Amino acid sequence: MKGQTVTATPTVPVIDIVDLKIEAKSNDQWSKIVNGVSLSIRPGEVLGLVGESGAGKSTLGLAALGYLRPGAKVTGGEVRLSGHNILAVPEEERRKFRGTKVAYVAQSAQAAFNPVHRLMDQIVMVAVDRGGMTRGTAEKRALDLFRALQLPDPQNFGRRYPHQVSGGQLQRAMVAMAMICNPTLIIFDEPTTALDVTTQVEVLISIRKVIEDYGVAAIYITHDLAVVAQVAHRVAVLRYGEVVEEAPIAQIMERPVHPYTKSLWAVHEMPVDHDAQHGGKGAPLLAIAGLGAHYGDFQVLTSIDLEVGRGETVALVGESGSGKSTLGRVIVGLKELSSGQVIYDGKPLQGTIRRRSLQTLKQIQIIYQSADTALNPRQTVRKIIGRPLTLYQGLRGARREARVQELLNLVELNETHIDRTPGQLSGGQKQRIAIARALAADPRLIVCDEITSALDKVVQAEVLRMLMKLQARLGVSYLFITHDIEVVRAIADRVAVMQNGRIVEQGGKDQVLAQPHADYTRKLLDSVPDMAVGWLDGIVAERAA
Amino acid sequence: MTTKSHPILSMAASRIGLGLLSLVIVSLIIFSAVSFLPGSYASAILGQNATQAAISAMEIKLGLNRPWFVRYLAWLGAAATGDMGLSFSGRPVMALIGPRLKNTLVLASITAAIAVPLSITLGIVCARYRGRFIDKFLSTSTLASISIPEFFVAYVVMMVLAVKLQLFPSMAGIRNGMGLGEQLYRMVLPILTLLLVILAHMVRNTRAAILSVMASPYVEMARLKGEPEKRVVIRQALPNAIGPIASVVALNLAYLISGVVVIEVVFVYPGVGQAMIDAVRNRDVPVIQACALIFAAAYIGFNLIADIISIVSNPRLLHPR
Repeated sequence: MKGQTVTATPTVPVIDIVDLKIEAKSNDQWSKIVNGVSLSIRPGEVLGLVGESGAGKSTLGLAALGYLRPGAKVTGGEVRLSGHNILAVPEEERRKFRGTKVAYVAQSAQAAFNPVHRLMDQIVMVAVDRGGMTRGTAEKRALDLFRALQLPDPQNFGRRYPHQVSGGQLQRAMVAMAMICNPTLIIFDEPTTALDVTTQVEVLISIRKVIEDYGVAAIYITHDLAVVAQVAHRVAVLRYGEVVEEAPIAQIMERPVHPYTKSLWAVHEMPVDHDAQHGGKGAPLLAIAGLGAHYGDFQVLTSIDLEVGRGETVALVGESGSGKSTLGRVIVGLKELSSGQVIYDGKPLQGTIRRRSLQTLKQIQIIYQSADTALNPRQTVRKIIGRPLTLYQGLRGARREARVQELLNLVELNETHIDRTPGQLSGGQKQRIAIARALAADPRLIVCDEITSALDKVVQAEVLRMLMKLQARLGVSYLFITHDIEVVRAIADRVAVMQNGRIVEQGGKDQVLAQPHADYTRKLLDSVPDMAVGWLDGIVAERAA
Repeated sequence: MTTKSHPILSMAASRIGLGLLSLVIVSLIIFSAVSFLPGSYASAILGQNATQAAISAMEIKLGLNRPWFVRYLAWLGAAATGDMGLSFSGRPVMALIGPRLKNTLVLASITAAIAVPLSITLGIVCARYRGRFIDKFLSTSTLASISIPEFFVAYVVMMVLAVKLQLFPSMAGIRNGMGLGEQLYRMVLPILTLLLVILAHMVRNTRAAILSVMASPYVEMARLKGEPEKRVVIRQALPNAIGPIASVVALNLAYLISGVVVIEVVFVYPGVGQAMIDAVRNRDVPVIQACALIFAAAYIGFNLIADIISIVSNPRLLHPR
């Protein structure tokens, strides 16, 4: 894509969004989701649409198909497809070009494919129904696309059901489904966000290849700047439903103008504010030796050896399914181990929480990825933080109230939040409450299971900074489970890399990240997209060589 | 995909095994409940003025002097071969129930043949036009008909169609000598009443099952592919809702066999329900046992079929990785 010159001859834009305004109803109030956005895309051009969650990216992407989610309405502006305003025609008319002229690729292919139909049936459906193709020609085209997308065993691929192929393959199948009628525009809505980094690279390469091969124009929605740098010609940065900056990719990556764009760019390089290595003083707080665990007959963890020092942060890295979370669950006692042992503060830990003393339970806490599901939506912040205070410290009444206040201040919230329920807090605030709840037990070890993965980059950086401050102040140890190398770089003292239930490499952060020994660690590090334009080209060239 | 020992076959086999097991347990409950009732068979047959000697003689003749679990095993063994024993009137139970069962099955089959397709169609229509007039109308009217007791529905139907308009007979007493047309004509009111009772339940559940699937991302994806709404409902949502629909249909079909007692009595229809009421009145225990066993078998059988249908409709189970 890089170096390809977009035709200089004046052409009709594929799509022309003019001063579009969309409002959505939530809690009986109309709020502006898209607020006067104008964008236009020429044939064969890829526009990256970047912004944090809630910026209106998806709403805008769907509007390009003339589609609004239930509860949303257009309050102004136009979406011109080949010169015709598609918002002015009735739904029946709009439907006709969906899938044929403009196609959509959703974030989660696993959810977007119907589980009861075979892939081929779903892929060729639009082409046969409305694309004017026979079943035979459509299948032939699908086969070409499977090959272009580098899907394994393309001849038989279409005969499978969605649950029979992997997430990365399914995502590529959805690209094939979008391409089947040779549309002029495709909306990619975070198509690689749900994938592991190593899979993400494969899918990105495939997506870019078909866009190039077939010369289709695209809107590529993502919150990941490194990804957009690989696929887009031009980038529009969206915030609160408005485009704050729009420029060619090379220009916006190197010289962002708007402060918001700059702040987005800045958090990508998270500050490493470690002045020195913590921990490692004296005997380790937690020492795991030869640990194994099973789900039924399936061995999830095999001979794990791991230590966490006092006041130290150990990052546990690996892809989904590698056993990271299971290890965390074994440590806090939610899952029984089948071999080996866990030594905590010099003494072996009992298997599960039922057999551990309250004193042990209080010292090892866990924080989950999704505060939405980990916090009771009907309890107030006071109750959420107060319960462990009563349980572990026996605090009641005014003393408990005072301690709740203190904890809120500790996680950089204040007394105005105390009477709210989780529904009245933002994502970052909810995670802070979850952290305060863990701190209420006055723990010495906190297992943090992907606790910043669901947060936006800006919020993520704030939460991480706070965790580091807390560690300096309270001397607590973290076992930080994550798949995000950026996070590891920012906070870890030591790193352990997991693959298929084993630790394939561990050591000091600088050593593991700078001179990885295990092949898998190297692959994992290489797969993390770089902000530099042309990083993906480098990978592709390297493979070809 | 290899076909050897397909998981679905073993799953179906284990469901059938469980079904049989629950039937045996139910039979045990029925048998013991009936045997532990106060009073004995013999005194019931011989009447209040029987001498103790006569009662003992009768008990020996009927085998009632044996321990109850021996009697149970004997009864179960015979029942497994289709022999439900002798009724107190001296006739074989099956000869007594057989024709009644046939009548009930005819009534149930005709009702089911109309109700199942109709209710699923109406459920689909409600889901498709959610919130529109037709949906609101059907939702309200089905709610009303669920809320009204079935005997009351029966009497209203009877009052309007039989008494006021005099279109159909209020008594559905069919006999063997009647022609098919005459029999059907007499069955119209019970069928109509049963339809009103079971349609509502099935329509509402079909609607709910489809609507819960309509919130799935793949349904939105189908819309984004420009699929017309009717096709979205039928091709995308319906196949994913088959499991819950099958189980509500099964419950209602079982109800048609066992729950029609009240309707049969109201319309004097000679079905199993009537037979059971008569048996209860006469304390004819073997007949009561047989009826209860038939009802239980109907429930277990239909639920078993529904289970298997919902397994087969799920490609995750039908086509494992």
